[in-house]
Amino acid sequence: MREASSYPLIRTDQLTKCYRAGRAEVHALRGVTLTIERGEYVALMGPSGSGKSTLMHLIGCLDSPTSGTCEINGQDIARLNDVELARLRNREIGFVFQTFNLLPRLSALANVQLPMIYAGTRPRERTRRARELLTLVGLEDRMTHKSNELSGGEMQRVAVARALANQPALLLADEPTGNLDTRTGQEMMALFDHLAEQGNTIIVVTHDAGVAGHARRIIRLRDGMVEAE
Amino acid sequence: MPFLDLLKLSLQTFRTHKMRSFLTALGIIIGVMTVIAIISLIQGMNQEVERQISSLGSNTIFVQKFAWGMGQIDFDEIGRRPDLTLADAEAIARLGSIAKVAPQRSRSVNRITYRGNKATGVEVTGATPSIAATANIKTEAGRFINSNDSLRKRAVCVIGGQVVDDLFPDDNPIGKRIDIEGKRFTIIGVLERKGSFMGQSQDNNIIIPLATFTKYFPLPRSRRGRVFRGISIQVMPRKGVPLDRAIDEIRELMRRRHGLGYDKPDDFGINTQDTLREMYQNLTRVAVIVMIAVAGISLLVGGIGIMNIMLVAVAERTREIGLRKALGATSRTVLWQFLLESVLLSVVGGLIGVGLGIGIAAIAGALIHMDAAAPFWVVLLGFGFAAGVGIFFGIYPASRAAKLNPIEALRYE
Repeated sequence: MREASSYPLIRTDQLTKCYRAGRAEVHALRGVTLTIERGEYVALMGPSGSGKSTLMHLIGCLDSPTSGTCEINGQDIARLNDVELARLRNREIGFVFQTFNLLPRLSALANVQLPMIYAGTRPRERTRRARELLTLVGLEDRMTHKSNELSGGEMQRVAVARALANQPALLLADEPTGNLDTRTGQEMMALFDHLAEQGNTIIVVTHDAGVAGHARRIIRLRDGMVEAE
Repeated sequence: MPFLDLLKLSLQTFRTHKMRSFLTALGIIIGVMTVIAIISLIQGMNQEVERQISSLGSNTIFVQKFAWGMGQIDFDEIGRRPDLTLADAEAIARLGSIAKVAPQRSRSVNRITYRGNKATGVEVTGATPSIAATANIKTEAGRFINSNDSLRKRAVCVIGGQVVDDLFPDDNPIGKRIDIEGKRFTIIGVLERKGSFMGQSQDNNIIIPLATFTKYFPLPRSRRGRVFRGISIQVMPRKGVPLDRAIDEIRELMRRRHGLGYDKPDDFGINTQDTLREMYQNLTRVAVIVMIAVAGISLLVGGIGIMNIMLVAVAERTREIGLRKALGATSRTVLWQFLLESVLLSVVGGLIGVGLGIGIAAIAGALIHMDAAAPFWVVLLGFGFAAGVGIFFGIYPASRAAKLNPIEALRYE
């Protein structure tokens, strides 16, 4: 898969996803075709129910499509098994969640190391890299704090550092400012802008136009389809 | 993912849930503790009993009015049996396969005094000198009874160490005269000490010549009294004679002497060390089965406790599991993490249980004056069982954790 760089980072073709909610069948995605290249800074916008979360889950290899294809680096995720998907999530994708999802009793340093533990990185290298990343997100003096001793903005910075741990091809952020106040949210977006300038591929899922405004490309979803670019 | 990291992950949970982990492991702790303590005590008792049984002399045969055994004793039937006599003993002694014959009678005496000192509950045995060989008796000081003492029905006695302690705390007993139920006896020797068995001293005894015994303590009239106080005969076969052959010869002789037809059962008992060993084994077999059942149940309960708490942990940490999967944990890694937690819980519980069990056995053993022995295989067994329970009852919660859908797990509130 090393020549995979000749493929676009993400390519979906007539991607659909439906699932059952009780007796009703919900068509979350109704044929999404899009391509995202390396180095892009994309905002995925849409009202709730538009399918943007479902699309994010598929791109993040957390779910499998009903029909159509979703390729990451040219690999069709429908054809991958549990171990291969886990590996893809671990190495190629860095998640940033609205609710941070840090392990509360662990230090910031330990939280950032988590993906590297699953990647099998040596402890010494893990610690070195985690320090480097926490410094990058401006938390050099908070490294040994437990995550439940941190403020919301600090927690989200730890989450960003964690997402970058294995140098993923893609940073996937789901409403990253949703639980932050306006000022902290702006700081967070500034951090994303900075990371995008450094060449990271970033997809921000949001319904906040202000947040989406930071991206260089905006994809609007409505009723499970791409409404506008 | 390296094993060491998995281990650290699992240990983290215990650090954060100390109390809960301890309570969960408690079932295992109690189960393993019970097994170890009981097996240690039974093993200790086995060793002690074996030592006792062996001290009877491996090929001594005991001819008595009844056969040793368990269950209901029919005293009426046994009481109607003919008493064993000195003539029986002499007849047995004439058998070609027999080396030594020692007829004896004994009773418990509660009033033995020397000046102000008193000894109680003393087993007084009337015996012939040959009992030294059949019962493996040695004297520590003075001499044992001899045939002259018997012949002249001398009022002499050889006393056990406990009697020495009670009557002569700081005096040489040899040559002193003691009072046994109003009769005066001269001490001619002191028996070598045998120590205690299950907390009971075995040196609280006195041996006097059988003829003297019969003169002073005639056979009681009641049938029941005669069963226990009549003559019993200890027999030692010649060297090289198989025990079975000697037993067969004695049985044949006794049946002839009692005029029993071929279709009549024995009206006497021929007992050996093996009879006793068998009795003991029958007795402890029940104890062992009960113990295994108790331990099994408590391990089962402990295991269910572990499963319960692991299911709670899986539910409680659903989001964490979802997150770990999103960060690159495979289903297998999640499975191992939770399985390792339950195995660690039960193994650590097992360790504590082994320690407590050995401690309890040692304390209980000391209280009943017995050495408890925890053989290494028991420790391994307890430990292995604990680990097995951890795996068995941990696999279901762990596989539930592993199968969680990451999206649903992440959304879980």
